[in-house]
Amino acid sequence: MAVIELKDINVTFKQKKQTIVAVQNESLTVEKGDIYGIVGYSGAGKSTLVRTINLLQRPTSGSVKVNGTEMTDLSPNALRDERKNIGMIFQHFNLMDELTVFGNVAQPLKHSKLSKTEKKAKIDHLLELVGLSDRSDNYPAQLSGGQKQRVAIARALANDPEILISDEATSALDPKTTNQILGILKRLNEELGLTIVLITHEMQAIKEIANKVAVMEDGTIIERGSLLEIFTNPQQKLTKDFINTATNRDEALLNVRELLREKPLASDEQLYQINYVGNDTAQPLLSTIYADYQVTTNILYSNMEILTKTPVGLAIVVLKGADENIRTAVSSLVDHGVHVTQLDAEKEDA
Amino acid sequence: MLEWIQTNLPGVYSLGWGGDSGWGTSIAQTLYMTLGAAVFGGLLGLAFGIGLVITDEHGIRANRTVFEILDKVVSIGRAIPFIIMVVVFSPLTQLITGTTIGTTAALVPLSLGVFPFYARQVQVALLGVSDGKVEAARSFGASNWDIIHDVYLREGRSELVRVSTVTMISLVGLTAMAGAIGAGGLGTTAIVTGYQRFQNDVMWTATILILLFIVLIQFVGDLIARHYSHH
Repeated sequence: MAVIELKDINVTFKQKKQTIVAVQNESLTVEKGDIYGIVGYSGAGKSTLVRTINLLQRPTSGSVKVNGTEMTDLSPNALRDERKNIGMIFQHFNLMDELTVFGNVAQPLKHSKLSKTEKKAKIDHLLELVGLSDRSDNYPAQLSGGQKQRVAIARALANDPEILISDEATSALDPKTTNQILGILKRLNEELGLTIVLITHEMQAIKEIANKVAVMEDGTIIERGSLLEIFTNPQQKLTKDFINTATNRDEALLNVRELLREKPLASDEQLYQINYVGNDTAQPLLSTIYADYQVTTNILYSNMEILTKTPVGLAIVVLKGADENIRTAVSSLVDHGVHVTQLDAEKEDA
Repeated sequence: MLEWIQTNLPGVYSLGWGGDSGWGTSIAQTLYMTLGAAVFGGLLGLAFGIGLVITDEHGIRANRTVFEILDKVVSIGRAIPFIIMVVVFSPLTQLITGTTIGTTAALVPLSLGVFPFYARQVQVALLGVSDGKVEAARSFGASNWDIIHDVYLREGRSELVRVSTVTMISLVGLTAMAGAIGAGGLGTTAIVTGYQRFQNDVMWTATILILLFIVLIQFVGDLIARHYSHH
């Protein structure tokens, strides 16, 4: 069931005399229980697009439906009520500095009908959920970045929303803390059935938890699909760039080229990148191509990721053998569903 | 102590404590004018300051027309010299207080004189509250009134205390100026009784008392601002 349906969204800003198009005629459907990752560089329009979900950004034109309700038609009061169903967390946490941790989580409950005791029980429970029960009386200034984001998550969940929007929520955090926050989001998705829309410029974060991905550039989604599809078969150059960074392939290739400058490839050697899905395909195939075509494989780099429970592998290899044999070996690999790309051993860009 | 004053500062002594021109009276008048104008001018300034922030182009209730009107009123108000304002607003003062002279009458031009200054200070203080906090509040369904109260005013309060302190201090200066045209208070004592009657001891004593008053305001202001800041 579609929880969020953005249709033909346009957002333009008028600045002085020029008009800036932030989002151009874009649509997005998010199903219940999805963790939908939206990746793109800053200025791509991903924040603007996602902010139309709770109408923090009113679209210039287009339809925004949350659980079938057309958000743009709502009265201000009804909109405020609807927003309680959509929690949001931010890059810079946006906690109230003059309120304690408890006060921050209590803030969205200001007009709730819960009694004082019920509110307290609820806030205590939320703080427990994010592991900050002992920090209840602290002020944000006394917390680390990761702790602040956990308070922000507890605050976003105060009204039991079905949807959580995460706007670059891990971008200001170190890798370890990032994983911790992503872990919490994943858990909330699994335990509470929370639908999450995650904006980031780091494919790494999306790789960890998302099940669907959209890649944005210049106000449009240039590519979208399941995490597995996007990772195993990216079409656009930008998508490939993001994935190459996320899988450390770029860094690995740099090291491989460094290595090859010291010890250049022999005339019967060629450099390849192979991508495969599933853990039982590639390794046996590499032994087969030796048996069948006398092509030996030297693995210079290999990496394996588990994406939505499916292993996805990447290897940079040197294939050694007669030209023709290598060509047949490669086509045999391709026949078995492995993606094979020849890499230039010297050029900086592949 | 009293004897020492009698011999060394005869002018100061002869004014006495009570009575129309006594020290106690002028101190009370200065306090009355400062606090009175702080309340009226403060509320008006706060309202205008909040109005400027929320009707601003990026505000929660953006409204160009209202913003322009508020902004112009504040700018023009800031541009009119206080001493002229006293004269220009005397019909209004007459209407509100029934007289144009005296301490209570001075409250009208003092309030009107200080509010544009305060409004601008409040505007700057509230703009210092990050947009992110406002956005977070909007995201969890806060109303505009909630945002004014729970985000702008509460998150900006230590800065508000600081600008209020600055405003109070400049208000003390204005009461002294009002004193020059008969409003009473330490300003009248320093100028009319002290300077114009060649009683230097009176002039200096009044000046030092004004100075002490200002130091006290600053001290208390800093104390409150620090108490409120959890940044």
